[in-house]
Amino acid sequence: MERRRSLPDVLAGGIFVLIGGAFVVGALGYELGTPLRMGPGAFPMLVGATVAALGLAIVLKGLVAGEVIPFGPIPWRAVAVIVLALVFFGFTVRGLGFVPASAVTALLTTLASSRVRPLTAVAVAAGLTAAGTLIFVVGLQLRIPLLGPWLGF
Amino acid sequence: MELLDNLALGFSTALLIQNVLYCFVGVLLGTAVGVLPGIGPTATVAMLLPITFSFEPVTALIMLAGIYYGAQYGGSTTAILINLPGESSAAVTALDGHEMARQGRAGAALAAAAVGSFVAGTVATVVLAVAAPPLARVALTFGPAEYFSLVLFGLIVSITLARGAPLKALAMIALGVLFGTVGQDLYTGTPRFVFGQRELYGGIDFVSVAVGMFGVAEILRNLENEHTRTAIVGKVRNLWPTREDRRRIVGPILRGTGLGSALGVLPGGGHVLASFTSYAVEKRISKRPQEFGRGAIEGVAGPESANNAAAQTSFIPLLTLGLPAHPVMALMVGAFIVHGITPGPNVITEEPALFWGLIASMWIGNVLLVLLNLPLIGIWVRMLRIPYQVLFPMIILFAAIGTYSLEFNAFDVYAIVFFGILGYILIKCGCEPAPLLLGFVLGPLLEENLRRALIISRGDASVFVTRPISAVLLAVAVAALVITVLPAIRRRRETVFTEEE
Repeated sequence: MERRRSLPDVLAGGIFVLIGGAFVVGALGYELGTPLRMGPGAFPMLVGATVAALGLAIVLKGLVAGEVIPFGPIPWRAVAVIVLALVFFGFTVRGLGFVPASAVTALLTTLASSRVRPLTAVAVAAGLTAAGTLIFVVGLQLRIPLLGPWLGF
Repeated sequence: MELLDNLALGFSTALLIQNVLYCFVGVLLGTAVGVLPGIGPTATVAMLLPITFSFEPVTALIMLAGIYYGAQYGGSTTAILINLPGESSAAVTALDGHEMARQGRAGAALAAAAVGSFVAGTVATVVLAVAAPPLARVALTFGPAEYFSLVLFGLIVSITLARGAPLKALAMIALGVLFGTVGQDLYTGTPRFVFGQRELYGGIDFVSVAVGMFGVAEILRNLENEHTRTAIVGKVRNLWPTREDRRRIVGPILRGTGLGSALGVLPGGGHVLASFTSYAVEKRISKRPQEFGRGAIEGVAGPESANNAAAQTSFIPLLTLGLPAHPVMALMVGAFIVHGITPGPNVITEEPALFWGLIASMWIGNVLLVLLNLPLIGIWVRMLRIPYQVLFPMIILFAAIGTYSLEFNAFDVYAIVFFGILGYILIKCGCEPAPLLLGFVLGPLLEENLRRALIISRGDASVFVTRPISAVLLAVAVAALVITVLPAIRRRRETVFTEEE
């Protein structure tokens, strides 16, 4: 493998530094305590600093002698649609009820593939909603109303 | 014979009708996801975990374990037939297995894999039954200092076996431990990193982390380049290996079983290491090394036995120490806890029926796998025709429903989104997701034992190096870390130097 400056390394390292740093800053708000009685902030502070330090090392290594990783395309459409579908489910399952929330989520998700035909998408969504209802509500007695209060039930 | 009594108890539990049924469901699902590329056992177990909460604990664990070793099995089928290893440990099987299939000997390769896996599974189950009780007795003497060192040791050794850059794996573990601190502090009850949201007080659910990192992120990876799978598979004939084949696979199966049983105990990816090692060993001692890569049946039988044996013995650290060796095991730790059982050395004495029942079920599962795979091979091949456009919406929807049903908490669903995106970016940058999940599950254990050990020692941190077991574990962990990181540094420096010249 060829080794030189590597953008993925710098990006990954940056993420570690960011998240580790955020936890360290957050941990400052909690009591650190003494070694005998460590407060709630001590352990996250320690681990957060470790993550940030490792991230920094990855960034530095990435600038000098990183791994060359083919980054490849990003399927923006899939990312957007799947995020939307999951957030929609979490937001509406209580209000709309199981069936409408599942159907919309499934339909949205099928659209993540750029090759899907509308008819196939509807068929897949309908099939999955039916399967999901059968397995989770009928089979496993999940206590979610099929149709929710937002629809007047 | 105590062992026989224990096994009798185990089989009487495992042979209960609902346990056999769910063992069957487990290995069936496991084989299916092992065959299907794009969905692995970790995402499957994460999705099905909520379903198993309504079962008896032993039934739930039998099914989840079945998914795990069933997937190891299914992965080899596709590796042989279409050169597409469904699981990383089956990558070696593809080398010679697919070559055999192209020469029209797919049947012999599949049979060698099945027989090898069965023998290995049987032997490794006995190894598990014999080795687990003494190990659990040792573990019972462990105090918090030993446990802290043990967890740290497990986490660090798991990266030395993983592929990819050790620095990134280390950072992923630490990041996982960090995410594990979200929620109420165990000792003081202080809510940490919850942004004032009551829903986060219980912490981030590990099912969300697993589904996000292994389900959503993997789907996004697969959607980068959509291409239709063209699985052209000829008819499989002559399943029964010839007399010559039978003679040639005996040695590799036995050696693979031994290697796999030993390496499977190691934390992290032991089964992958086992199959690679077995292949290397068989090639080295073979009288016909030139045949390897051109359809040598030894190159299928050895690695397949090794990875199946390792899949069984990797339950040893889980059942005796409460240490998961694989992301699926990490999820099983969660399953234990949900059922009110702390995984660790106490399981064997407090829940003997569960412990021995799980072990016995593995042998039954192996029998079921042979029955499922050899006669029904055609069905599995046909499953490859399921288009991905149906598969991935199913994973997303069922993941959302399953995660939501855990606590009826919408935050758990949003957490899937967060970890899916984070996982996708990190995987794209060359970070493996498995260490993060292991760190996430073991993180709270690490913190709890660290704080408890320090309270007991009155704040004296030297307790970790003055207690012998703890000191040895830490020393081995440091040595493993140095060995993993050092060659990488040296090699990199060499590259830099040669570039400058």
